[in-house]
Amino acid sequence: MTTLTYIEASGSRTDVDVPDGWSLMQAAIANGIEGILGECGGSCACATCHCYVDDLLMAALPAPSASELDMLDNVSAERRPNSRLACQIKASPALAGGSLTLPETQE
Amino acid sequence: MSSQPAAAPQDPGAHIVIIGAGQAGLMAAEALRSGGSSAAITLLGDEPHAPYHRPPLSKAWLAGEVDAAQLLMRAPEMLARKHITLRTGAAVQAIDRAAQCVRLADGSALPYTGLVLATGATPRRLPLPGAEAANVLTLRSRDDAAAIAAGLARCQAEGLPLVVIGGGFIGLEVAATARKKGVAVTVLEAAPRLLGRVLSPQLSDWYAALHRSHGVALELGAAIERLVVQDGQARAVQLADGRELPCGLVVLGVGVQPNDALAREAGLAVDRGIVVDACGRTSDPLIVAAGDCAARRLPDGRLLRLESVQNASEQGKSAAAALLGQDRPFTATPWFWSDQYDRKLQMAGLSEGADQAVLRGSLEDGPFSVFQYRAGRLVAVDSVNAAKDHLTARKLLDAGVSPTPEQAADLGFNLAGLLAG
Repeated sequence: MTTLTYIEASGSRTDVDVPDGWSLMQAAIANGIEGILGECGGSCACATCHCYVDDLLMAALPAPSASELDMLDNVSAERRPNSRLACQIKASPALAGGSLTLPETQE
Repeated sequence: MSSQPAAAPQDPGAHIVIIGAGQAGLMAAEALRSGGSSAAITLLGDEPHAPYHRPPLSKAWLAGEVDAAQLLMRAPEMLARKHITLRTGAAVQAIDRAAQCVRLADGSALPYTGLVLATGATPRRLPLPGAEAANVLTLRSRDDAAAIAAGLARCQAEGLPLVVIGGGFIGLEVAATARKKGVAVTVLEAAPRLLGRVLSPQLSDWYAALHRSHGVALELGAAIERLVVQDGQARAVQLADGRELPCGLVVLGVGVQPNDALAREAGLAVDRGIVVDACGRTSDPLIVAAGDCAARRLPDGRLLRLESVQNASEQGKSAAAALLGQDRPFTATPWFWSDQYDRKLQMAGLSEGADQAVLRGSLEDGPFSVFQYRAGRLVAVDSVNAAKDHLTARKLLDAGVSPTPEQAADLGFNLAGLLAG
């Protein structure tokens, strides 16, 4: 388990214990976090699990794959340098204490 | 978006019933609430499970890479917070339009003031002798996938092959997953090429080569005589030429039939799917339909029934809007995807009637896309590991912008530039 903080667009913060190996999209949905849709089920095909990761996650995460970068071109909220798709981030102890902020819209 | 609970339904007389708790049904439920509906909302699913993602069933879930909890589309408390009542294991027997209620298999009746049909589809079975054997399976639900996973485990333990009948997406995805597990696989396809109704011949050949390179025995133009059954289990598939292919498991991937019987019996317009307009309306103003079960009437009069996440999701939202008295036509370019081995195929548009195919990129190494034309106009683009091409293609097709075949083939040409201004 790795604890991460989800910050919804409303500002509401939720600490979530994410089982290692789960994607941050799956954990958000399992814990009732609003603002992540994950319509394609985590196949990197729909760009509805867009999130902004904090500096800790930016440093700890491997760079996005080419296909994630391409899908990020298609997010509906503003794309920023720290934009990622939550379905492509797998929980691991290296991410402990990180936080991700969800955009106003996913579609 | 807010984490505040939605206001409790205000309108005690209004009750929207949604038949089907898959992608389309769930999207409709949520869109009703976010669209301001104050009705009570009941989501009826005939499976024992809360709404879950189907696409991983043939891929990551079958491979054992994700568990059932990871398939869930929404946390149960999320539905409760939106005052959406989920009833699982609730099969509907009939729609009584005169009484405005649905009759459930348990004998109870549920009155409605608005009804969403999101009943999905059922895999076809073949009228082959022996096809009723216990190890001849289809894939639609989580329980179907669990049975196939168990069958693959037996194949692994006993060194028996999987035979896939039907070289469509489901069959090929199951084949790829089985190969990952080291199970020997034969794919039998009746047509002369794989995915023949969707892909260009060039891409069909490429997929055939991809599967063969992963050790799949692929038989195109296969004619099946019967299944050889012993003790209730299919032991071999016998071909018309007399050969017998031994098997521990047979997976049928030969298409689906829309679940339109409830609608037909209730007197709604049905034609290989529940006939709807672009906003999801059926021939009854109180009833809308969405997803695999719905056949959309196009402006030229033809009917289009699609089986995809995008279609289920967008039609679900359109159907919800229609019940709220709003027009939200779903007319966007259809898109689909399929994951096989380490290749992601993303398709935009509909290739029916295509008469020209142009390759962008190289089939041998790395990402590429096939641009399909009909009478000189771009109608579909199939991209392999080329998400950027796919996204650009969706925008081009949405905008009705057709690059010339020469532009499409030229990697140096910026296709997105055609969209500017």
